[in-house]
Amino acid sequence: MKSDIKLIDKEGKRLDGRKRDELRPIKIEVGPLYRADGSCYIEWGGNKILAAVYGPREALPRHIQHPLRAVVNARYNMASFSVEDRKRPGPDRRSTEISKVISEALEYVILTEQFPRAMIDINIEVLDAEAGTRCAGLTAAAVALADAGIPMRDIPVACAAGKIDGQVVLDLGKEEDNFGEADLPVAIAPRTDEIILLQMDGHLTVKEFDEAIELAIKGAHVVSELQKKALLAKYAVAKEVKQ
Amino acid sequence: MNSTLISSIKKDYLNKLAEQKKRIDGRAFDEYRKISIETNIVRKAEGSARVKIGNTQVLAGVKMDVGEPYSDSPESGVLTTSAELIPMASPDFEAGPPREDAIELARVVDRGIRESEVIDLDKLCIEPGEKVWIVFVDIHVLDYDGNLFDASSLAALAALSTAMVPAERFEMGKDYPLPIKEPPISCTFVKFNKAIVVDPCLDEETIAEARLTVATDEEGNIRAMQKGLSGSFTLDEVKKVIKASIDNGARIRKILEDAVGRDHGKKN
Amino acid sequence: MKKEVRDVVLPSQLLGDTKKLKAGPGTFVENNKIYAETLGIRHIRDNTVSVSPLKGFYQPHAGDIVIGVVEEVGTSMWLVDINAIYPALLHVNEVPWHVEFGDTARYLNYGDVVLAKMLPSGESDRLQITLKDRTLHKINGGMIIEVEPTKIPRVIGKKGSMIAMLKKYTNCRIFVGKNGRIWVEGDPNAILKIEKAIRLIEREAHTYGLTDRINALLREQ
Repeated sequence: MKSDIKLIDKEGKRLDGRKRDELRPIKIEVGPLYRADGSCYIEWGGNKILAAVYGPREALPRHIQHPLRAVVNARYNMASFSVEDRKRPGPDRRSTEISKVISEALEYVILTEQFPRAMIDINIEVLDAEAGTRCAGLTAAAVALADAGIPMRDIPVACAAGKIDGQVVLDLGKEEDNFGEADLPVAIAPRTDEIILLQMDGHLTVKEFDEAIELAIKGAHVVSELQKKALLAKYAVAKEVKQ
Repeated sequence: MNSTLISSIKKDYLNKLAEQKKRIDGRAFDEYRKISIETNIVRKAEGSARVKIGNTQVLAGVKMDVGEPYSDSPESGVLTTSAELIPMASPDFEAGPPREDAIELARVVDRGIRESEVIDLDKLCIEPGEKVWIVFVDIHVLDYDGNLFDASSLAALAALSTAMVPAERFEMGKDYPLPIKEPPISCTFVKFNKAIVVDPCLDEETIAEARLTVATDEEGNIRAMQKGLSGSFTLDEVKKVIKASIDNGARIRKILEDAVGRDHGKKN
Repeated sequence: MKKEVRDVVLPSQLLGDTKKLKAGPGTFVENNKIYAETLGIRHIRDNTVSVSPLKGFYQPHAGDIVIGVVEEVGTSMWLVDINAIYPALLHVNEVPWHVEFGDTARYLNYGDVVLAKMLPSGESDRLQITLKDRTLHKINGGMIIEVEPTKIPRVIGKKGSMIAMLKKYTNCRIFVGKNGRIWVEGDPNAILKIEKAIRLIEREAHTYGLTDRINALLREQ
């Protein structure tokens, strides 16, 4: 979609004042829900997303059970009031696809062989949307999984890069997503830099892709530190000690 | 990991406590858990509120659009309420279209708003017979620990009380606050072992024989009622519940007014 | 003021090298390096590093004494919820009564609570429990408090010190199931106090000085 808006100026400043490799502000809260086995609330730019985990528990109905490992079901959903034009409640094709790619990414890092015939349900609910919801959602889901005590080989994290006005930038905001030229969401297992989610739409030369993915992975590592900080912060209890 | 399976021991314990006029969490029969109301949570929504009653958490969002009126009320706006018991709120909620619990919840909250004329729908007419404002109230249950009726209705009212009509987006002038009148407050009670308690927690709801929700206004008049579950109430019990609703309603109305007055106009 | 927290580690955190340490429960090995699997506390003993999860589901071991709730009644067996990933099977051969085929509900019905023992899982790989022991039986009366199974050792305390303290200050009968269920019997106010203490243990099990704080809580009115 073309527009007259200049998304990035000559000095490399974007509409919201960010530089090309700057992330939007991110806040992560661990365990805000009472019933869920693990949960996480994330604010990423204007996004407000809740993730909750139930499991592992017996996989039912029985026909979805896998004899050798747990089945991982991530469900991504946008609340009807989360977008400017109200969305009809219920899954649509977009959320079904996003649910699938997120499930597959999470399945890679969860040590599912420890729970044959079980299922792990992950709910990602977008309460307020502003571009990059699948990356923020996966990032929150990862923290919720850790909070639930689910064994994983890594804590996955996601971040997107894109192209606006011919320039590759990190973490697209709303107008950049609507009027930019490319969008590249990426999820990695940060310990090994393995790529577990990768989608792209728009137009990128190979050189631009190299630039974009490097930016996205760098950004993901920054977010990964925030996830870890949030998890540890929950369990650091300051206490007076009589000297 | 199993959830609604309540053991016979817990059930007996709750019943025994009831005989001693006690509740499992130490509350009095007519005592609510801690209520907190936060408004203007969702920027994209025209109005929003998150209500916590104890551990129960409900988020309500108000969205508005321009559309056609119903043919039998050509000069009135349209109100539509829906509720989703999303799977994250409880290990027992499944994904899928709303089933009877969600539908009952939505309809009870809807009646509480509509029949008491909290929104003056006649003020939402743009062009008679052609264009009116449509108000969508969407209730999103995030954490279920009993008493969804009160949490949901309070969230819906708080969201409506702080909602702005998005006139600018439709090029109809400046945004202005949605015209709202004094709302009725709903109070829910459950009965088990002859005890009637207000604001049931999850365990109490699980063993409840019957449930009664009563909505009252600031003058102490009754605006809505809903009895649920397959047990019964005596007329005397119903009258006691009405009185308790009026008392609790006044207290909760104050909490709502403080939250709405305090947060009105603030956008996150 | 000093921050006193046990060694909390995150999934994928590097714990050591297989050349110097052995990999215990809660860890995995990749390229001779040992990593944590879950959010938990790191322990090193006898040159073995292990991680005990801060939160999680109950992992049954043969011999564990558990508190279960009957969730299904079959003709020659019951399915019992023991707060694990799967329910456990209780066969009519594993109860102290002589149960006729189809007569199972008369002995144990939906929602009944039992004190049972985990059996070694046989070839079927199913979780199985038994009531065949003088100390095992159906439980009546009292109340059940649920707690994170990973916190049970803390509820019991070193040599039972924590649970002894709970009993002393509340005058309640208390029995702790390995599967995160605690049976209590006594005055309702005392039971409320125990529940408060248990929640505090859950929140702060990973800190030092917890015993003192629990003591203070139990003493206040």
